Amino acid sequence: MKLITHNMLTSKGIKNVKEGFPLKIQADEVKNVDIDFDREFISRMIPKLDWNALTFAAQCVGHQEDLPDTLPEGYENDDDLLKKLHHILLEVEVINGCLECPETQRKFPISNGIPNMLLNEDEV
Amino acid sequence: MSKRPELQAPPEVYYGVDEARKYTQNTRVIEVQEKCTERALELLALPDDTCALLLDIGCGSGLSGETITEQGHMWVGMDISPAMLGTALEREVDGDIMLADIGQGVPFRAGMFDGAISISAVQWLCYADTSNHKPAKRLYKLFMTLFASLSRGSRAVFQFYPENDSQVELIVSQAMRAGFTGGLVVDYPNSSKAKKIYLVLMTGGGGPLPSGLQGDGGNNNQALYQRRERMKQIRSGRQPKRAWIMQKKERRRKQGKEVRLDSKYSGRKRSDKF
Repeated sequence: MKLITHNMLTSKGIKNVKEGFPLKIQADEVKNVDIDFDREFISRMIPKLDWNALTFAAQCVGHQEDLPDTLPEGYENDDDLLKKLHHILLEVEVINGCLECPETQRKFPISNGIPNMLLNEDEV
Repeated sequence: MSKRPELQAPPEVYYGVDEARKYTQNTRVIEVQEKCTERALELLALPDDTCALLLDIGCGSGLSGETITEQGHMWVGMDISPAMLGTALEREVDGDIMLADIGQGVPFRAGMFDGAISISAVQWLCYADTSNHKPAKRLYKLFMTLFASLSRGSRAVFQFYPENDSQVELIVSQAMRAGFTGGLVVDYPNSSKAKKIYLVLMTGGGGPLPSGLQGDGGNNNQALYQRRERMKQIRSGRQPKRAWIMQKKERRRKQGKEVRLDSKYSGRKRSDKF
């Protein structure tokens, strides 16, 4: 699972969970992959990102890489920051571990890089 | 026994390891999936030359995902069959995949995706696999959560194989209930093999529905309803023979088959001499 997916993923499918975001990551195995840098895609994604969730996720997987605490202005021209974001969003993958719902502490296991988001019938 | 996989077992059981491998190695399946995905992406009408973030609903082994990657977009896929996702891992697809039940809704934040496609998946939701599955409810949940997770003005395209007209009605009505506008686009309505049904859903704004390939433009439901009308007439037994023959000849002509010319003798009985 890439961190860009984590930045979108919620557990609000569970009954009585209001936001279910951000999910806590417990990473047992993390892998780096190589993906071509697409400047335009990253800068278009930035306004949609939840910055706090991103720094939180980066911290969880141990790839803090001195991300600023808040999104600096004029990021479109900051090539350094865009490359950093590209790396964290697309190239870092959680292979094994689990995700945890912030409200119910329900755990979603991640194995082989695939998070299991299936819910039991009584949770829906 | 029916040939429809939907009637045999739930999707996570039907697409076990063997079926997942068979499915993904079958060149005909690959070709059909590729064509459907290309057409679905065309119907999404994404802006040119930008890399969009798409959701693949029922991504399976990533056959549709590969076409998305080829066209330069990023994708996130969800599927209920672990074996299919395992095959996707083996094939090293570029999208991010997760194990999830689309009938439980799409688990994403609001407004994240630039579009969504689903190839040959949503008809599975028309069947209740356990006693607490309610098809209409699960379809509504899917469309409602999908509506929220799409950015405004974007589209979702579902290619699917309905078993009958009531399934089409069920799926379309739940999508409309969830707030989508749009409707069906039927490609090649006159061919039983090449015919493909796409549900094109729009989030606000909208615009005119694209027309189906080789269709009569605008009136894309024609084939569905023509068939229904014809079956009704045949059942009630009041169908005049000549009209029926003419209709059948016309249909075969549209399919590009060799058909004898129409004349005043068409559909007449032979004389007693024979």
